Amino acid sequence: MTAIRLSIRVASVATLASLPVALAVAMLLARGRFPGKSLLNGIVHLPLVLPPVVTGYVLLLTFGRMGPVGHFLQANFGIVLAFRWTGAALAAAVMGFPFQVRAMRLSVEAVDRKLEQAAATLGASAPIIFTTVTLPLILPGIFAGAVLAFAKSLGEFGATITFVSNIPGETQTIPSAIYSLIQTPGAEGEVLRLALVSVAISFVALMLSEMLARQTGRRWASV
Amino acid sequence: MLDVFIDLSRGEFALQASFRAGVGATAIFGRSGAGKSTLVAAIAGLVRPNAGRIALGDRVLFDSAHGIDLPVRRRRVAVVFQESRLFPHLSVRRNLLYGRWAGRRSGGSSFDDVVGLLGIEALLDRKPGRLSGGEAQRVAIGRALLSGPELLMMDEPLSHLDGARRAEILPFLERLATESGIPILYVSHAMDEVIRLADQLVILDKGMVAAAGPLEDVLNRIDLGAISGLAEAGSVLMTEVAGQVTDYALTRLALGEQELLVPEIAAATGERIRLRVLADDVAIALERPKALSIRNVLAAEVTEVAHGTGAHADVLLAIGPQRLRSRLTRQSVAELGLVAGKPVFALIKSVAIRRGGGES
Repeated sequence: MTAIRLSIRVASVATLASLPVALAVAMLLARGRFPGKSLLNGIVHLPLVLPPVVTGYVLLLTFGRMGPVGHFLQANFGIVLAFRWTGAALAAAVMGFPFQVRAMRLSVEAVDRKLEQAAATLGASAPIIFTTVTLPLILPGIFAGAVLAFAKSLGEFGATITFVSNIPGETQTIPSAIYSLIQTPGAEGEVLRLALVSVAISFVALMLSEMLARQTGRRWASV
Repeated sequence: MLDVFIDLSRGEFALQASFRAGVGATAIFGRSGAGKSTLVAAIAGLVRPNAGRIALGDRVLFDSAHGIDLPVRRRRVAVVFQESRLFPHLSVRRNLLYGRWAGRRSGGSSFDDVVGLLGIEALLDRKPGRLSGGEAQRVAIGRALLSGPELLMMDEPLSHLDGARRAEILPFLERLATESGIPILYVSHAMDEVIRLADQLVILDKGMVAAAGPLEDVLNRIDLGAISGLAEAGSVLMTEVAGQVTDYALTRLALGEQELLVPEIAAATGERIRLRVLADDVAIALERPKALSIRNVLAAEVTEVAHGTGAHADVLLAIGPQRLRSRLTRQSVAELGLVAGKPVFALIKSVAIRRGGGES
């Protein structure tokens, strides 16, 4: 039970905290023209192709107590990520990030920039155009990206266990718990229960995103 | 008063345009690729000219010499685009008022007036996705008007619509042209729309202004056929309703001392009507013909003959102060001995287009 609650907390925090960053990166990749764009694109997608264990190891090197960023955070703000649930959230966010960026980027690219021009001729400033035209139009993409990232975060195992280990009540998410239980004799029932919960949560998340996407799509269907 | 001087080049394409437009409708006419849409984009501030100056009344929107380039949102130049560009996620009402709640604009026409003028009361709570092409375009016109513009530009607003939808919107545009009180630039490649709506005409050809001035003057210029690609060369006559011939469903129109008969027009006696007569529909006779089905025969005088090298020659006729253009074969011109100053009779086979109101 602790594992389920922890997993949902880790996945929610990971998704919500990375959402604004993912949106900014998606806008940059969809609209920006700057040197190093393909490099940024590559870095964003790296967790998708790297073995998760490697991603976890990189996180450990940078955000661990001895790592440069980890040391800095601890010395200045007293924040410790390694072997804490916040670290699990960071690992989940990194692993879910490419999914968020991808979905958002596609929806940003689908926005007709002529609508934004029209808004400007009607007197709207850039921030107002973003909130009144662009954002509502890419909302389905944001939902889709967030749900995908959430589902990915729930299932994240390799990077999490490498970075924050498998501490019950602190960093033991559903996949880590299942992993531990499989190695424990006589816990088959428990394993099955967690597996079913996993399936249920993912399924509901997917249904939800599908529904939201279809609803907004139908509501705004033009021509 | 809009004052435009633009020098713009993008790769192969170059636009060099200079003209003025006062209150009322000025048509920008030209073939596709002539630079019409680029001109609109430059005036709206969506495209930046390499050099030039754009002023609207005493407000300078762009001046390369003084480094002035007002952002789009501060220009108060509203645009009705070809594809309406309504915001799909907002209701018609929110679209119409976008300039007010998002653009913080005020002034301009009242909401009720615009909605009434365009006949869109019933659409206010719909989403743009549920509008027909004609309805969407009317909403787009309303949205532009309600943003309190000092210049309204319409970039081929009817080109995506079929004949019936165009007929539905044209009357609104006519009223707009006479009642809005601001300059309107009406971009089109359809001469019938231009003649119905505009008082001034700017002909754009290959990025250059080929001619500009009052509609009748520009259309009667005999040299413009080749330049502007006006396949349908013709002229415009300003007439006044003299009376109705109810038995035959005809209307009598006075043209100076003479009269024309046209199919019935719902207009009061004394109302001014603008006629468009295609050059191909005007024949010339040296004597007043008898026993002829053509009813409209006007005494005229040849003022100019443009021969060209093909089979045809254009003849410009004077009927009082007005000009009428006729297209004949060069052989006819030679056999009739048509030269400037010769008195003739113009036979008008049909009158193409009419428009009420307006100044001559």
